[in-house]
Amino acid sequence: MAILSEHEREHIVETLGELERNVKLIFFTQDFECESCRQSHELLKELADLSDKMSLQVYDFKEDKEIVERYRIDKIPALAVEGEKDYGIRYFGTPTGYEFAALLENILAVSTGTVELSDETMEELQEIDSLIHIQVFVTQTCPYCPRAVRIAHKLAQANDWIQADMVSATEFPHLANKYDVFSVPKVIINEGIEFEGALPERHFVQHVLMAASSRT
Amino acid sequence: MYDLAIIGGGPAALSCAVYAGRKRLDTVLITKEIGGHLLLTSGIENYLGFESITGAELADKFAKQMAQYDIDEIIGEKVVELTKQDGFFRIRTEGDQTSEARVVVLASGKRSRTLNVPGERELTGRGVAYCATCDAPLFAGRKVAVIGGGNSAFEAVIDLLPIATEIFLIDIAPHWFADQILIEQIEVSPKVKSFQQHRVIEIRGERRVSEIVIEPAEGGEIKQFEVQGVFVEIGLVPNSEFVEGLVKMNQYQEIIVDCHARTNVPGLFAAGDVTDVPEKQVIISAGEGAKAALSAYRYLIRHKGQV
Repeated sequence: MAILSEHEREHIVETLGELERNVKLIFFTQDFECESCRQSHELLKELADLSDKMSLQVYDFKEDKEIVERYRIDKIPALAVEGEKDYGIRYFGTPTGYEFAALLENILAVSTGTVELSDETMEELQEIDSLIHIQVFVTQTCPYCPRAVRIAHKLAQANDWIQADMVSATEFPHLANKYDVFSVPKVIINEGIEFEGALPERHFVQHVLMAASSRT
Repeated sequence: MYDLAIIGGGPAALSCAVYAGRKRLDTVLITKEIGGHLLLTSGIENYLGFESITGAELADKFAKQMAQYDIDEIIGEKVVELTKQDGFFRIRTEGDQTSEARVVVLASGKRSRTLNVPGERELTGRGVAYCATCDAPLFAGRKVAVIGGGNSAFEAVIDLLPIATEIFLIDIAPHWFADQILIEQIEVSPKVKSFQQHRVIEIRGERRVSEIVIEPAEGGEIKQFEVQGVFVEIGLVPNSEFVEGLVKMNQYQEIIVDCHARTNVPGLFAAGDVTDVPEKQVIISAGEGAKAALSAYRYLIRHKGQV
């Protein structure tokens, strides 16, 4: 049975009608799929089918080691959303619930190459010259999480040093445990800086800059 | 200078925006997020025209309708200051963005009430939660406490039933205020242990919640339970601090309005959960928001040219 309803497909086609450049959905799973991987795989297949400008590439976590390493994938199911290049945009876990809308926005942004961030943010991001790894822990029923995920992914799209991951706390409970995730969204930056809640862009960026400066 | 600034993003604010748009008022909507408490409500069955719809879907429909009109938006920051100037109002957000408007509609809604017990603030986000919809899935296989006796508390328990191993339901009142239909769903579950007429004294834990301590309201034996989560569902408080001293409020800090959505300050209107209009319901907020827009429009017509 299809995951996306007829109504949802129509809405997606309407939203993605504005796609410009091609978007690659690069998905990592394994031969013997767990429920999460199977669901993600099915969802992405149905999504990719809805536009000529979207393509789905599927890799095996165990077999395709070179690609896995290139995309810095350490757990599955994993998705990289790529446009003109790999912006460091990742989803670990199934992007359903509220996160699905964020995924559509992400695809649009990557396709048009536009990043909606303030001029102040764009200027501040130029200070970054070392790797920044942002992990945003979410649950699928959390309505505030997509905002944090969107900001993180926009930052990744705007700056080559930044990789931003959506991480599903329910699908990776051992990681939720490791990072003491008891409220979502919870953002971890370079392991050391963390905050809870969907902070406005300005405050989010300040935390990123803190992480950048604590390396020097 | 805008004609109208709307503060808030829930049903009252969005309905106000639609009406303002249709009157072609030059409008800005300033809010932390679009949807308000609709986003925390999974099922709505009493909004006219929709037999059953999720809060998120309804919020989405409201937002799409507003998008048909030319309304400026400042989203992601809440308002921290509102001052009355000579013939207009100045609004400042937490991110220091300022706007000016000839009239303002306050539709900032409410937020969760806190217990104000030791440990609560320190452990917020570390086991103390105010949004069962968001955070329930994080407590799989854990023991949790739910504080409250109304629909929100009962809906939180229902969300947690398939997830938690044990649920302590604690409330200060001698009887439940929730709808009977929800009470019946909880009563049959062996996972739920209820404590009516009990208050929370302390929430304990180091890096995360580990224990909750309660006592009977009339005094008596103190009880403590090992829990990893505490969901606080004891009602809501109005987001009206930023206009304290400017507008008249009742003893609950709700903004007092007349039946034209007018506050005691000329040019300042209010709608929705932040006001003293009883019965906080989506359909009522939407109606009040529309009224506020029309009242604001009439005020602007009468004060044309006077900025």
